[in-house]
Amino acid sequence: MHIVVCTKQTPDSAAKLTVDAAGNVSWGDSPIVINPWDEYAVEEALLIKERLGGNARVTVISMGPEAALEALKHAIAMGADEGIRIWDPIFEGSDTLATSYVLAKAIEKMGDVDLVLFGKSAIDSQTGQIPVEVAYRLGFSPLTYVIKIAELDPAGKTIIAERLLEQGRQVVKAPLPAVVGTIKGINEPRYPSFMGIRKATRAQYPVWSATDIGADPAKVGAAGSGVRWTRIFSPPTREGKAEIIQAETVEETVRILVDKLMAEKVI
Amino acid sequence: MSNDIFVWIEQFNGQVAGPSWEAIGAARTLSQTLGGQVCACIFGQGVEALAKDAIAYGADKVFLADDPTLADFRLEPYTALMAELARQHQPALILMGATARGRDLGPAVAVDLETGCVADCTALEFQDGQLVATRPIYAGKLLCTCTVPERRPAVFTLRSRAFPKPEPDPSRTGEIIQVAPILKEEDIPSKVTGFQETVGGVNLADAAIIVSGGRGVGGPEGFEPIRELARTLKAAVGASRAAVDAGWIPYEHQVGQTGKTVSPDLYIACGISGAIQHQAGMRTSKVIVAINKDPEAPIFQLARYGIVGDLFKYVPALAEELKKRLGA
Repeated sequence: MHIVVCTKQTPDSAAKLTVDAAGNVSWGDSPIVINPWDEYAVEEALLIKERLGGNARVTVISMGPEAALEALKHAIAMGADEGIRIWDPIFEGSDTLATSYVLAKAIEKMGDVDLVLFGKSAIDSQTGQIPVEVAYRLGFSPLTYVIKIAELDPAGKTIIAERLLEQGRQVVKAPLPAVVGTIKGINEPRYPSFMGIRKATRAQYPVWSATDIGADPAKVGAAGSGVRWTRIFSPPTREGKAEIIQAETVEETVRILVDKLMAEKVI
Repeated sequence: MSNDIFVWIEQFNGQVAGPSWEAIGAARTLSQTLGGQVCACIFGQGVEALAKDAIAYGADKVFLADDPTLADFRLEPYTALMAELARQHQPALILMGATARGRDLGPAVAVDLETGCVADCTALEFQDGQLVATRPIYAGKLLCTCTVPERRPAVFTLRSRAFPKPEPDPSRTGEIIQVAPILKEEDIPSKVTGFQETVGGVNLADAAIIVSGGRGVGGPEGFEPIRELARTLKAAVGASRAAVDAGWIPYEHQVGQTGKTVSPDLYIACGISGAIQHQAGMRTSKVIVAINKDPEAPIFQLARYGIVGDLFKYVPALAEELKKRLGA
């Protein structure tokens, strides 16, 4: 069984972000890390491989410039077998329409993929659109918001997944190959081991270009995109500090609070 | 291309998801500039009654597909039908709620039509003839604006509660057009084999009021006063990552960067320090109340009202006071 995990690099979730007038985002001294949601996808791939007695191969791919190596290295350190970076200068400026095209072409090139795993979304651009778009392009079963893979039958080529929707859990049975978008709660991602980190440092990370994956230049980068980002800015800051309510007794304090909330017409 | 706006009306067991009517309202506003019709797309089984509701909320036309293959939301038949309707009628825009289902359907339709889909919009307005969408990025720490400059239709998914829900007007009239599904059951690979509904919960994304607990609740039983206050206010129960990671409450309740992003009228944070990741998920709440022992907790920077003290004293007292005042 061949499992592909798609990942990307993001600033650490604790980073304080600033943006300049030109719209360049910076995150100070905070490190670039694997997108936190993607750790669930890597972990799930490793758990599947372990359940199949090692009878599976886990390839992790990332479309991005050199900084994307951080994400690939983390996945290899966790236990993935191989990391491939997909990059070409003409990919610059791709929206999800173009990015999903590039990832789908790379997966197509591999030819033998049974399962493609994603994190729910990237914590930076936060669209969450790539998993379903890649599935749709490849004609793979589209399984997003998966909180549990209840059954995976490589011989029978089927998967049963539980998807977390607003009203509860939908159970879906679908054929392989499939795209699975994982969410937090599906597992507890492991920390990279010392041996894993050593392996990740020594590993080779091939780069596949547009030509390598047979991508049509008209379908990538800004030319292949539908959405254009026009401006990035900080949200308006909230005014100052809270009004602290403090009366003689607990009862009096909550009574004043309720008065204020009723005046605000929020209750 | 027409100047029409398509709006997908999401329903589950005949109940329409909140952001669908909000999207109809947004479409009505945009149609004042565009000049076309607002067309509601309703797919399901036994959902004919919803067509009249859609017209009352502001649709001029309804494309109604009522068929067993559409009973459960499945991406394959829904995308095929939505994309085909768009090819036939050439709308300028397609809007839908940024719910779990909407955030699947929007981009899938966009790929089918080779067009752009802007995710999770919190504002839409025309500037120089171009529709500009505002959306949060980096979990709301920053905002960006996006356009779909050339391709049509342009697809936008709208965040719950970011757009006002219109008042239904039962006297409005409109045209209802029956349409047939594109895919037959044997052509749809995915089969829905079960659904376990969440019991007794209010959906966080739709909630007007949320009561949340954090590390300060101290354990799973510490959520009892939180739940009691939530019941009193008919509110949803939220939680910080610390409380979820400690195993005190399931992940479904988590608010924040790696949980849900919410925007209620009132957010009551109990025993939550207000880490930047938590703030990212709730900072757009209209009024925030913080109850926390630590006067230095960052949540007090964000809150409009604060109580410095023991949540186990103040939360039950607040519930009691509200019962009296709301006549519950």
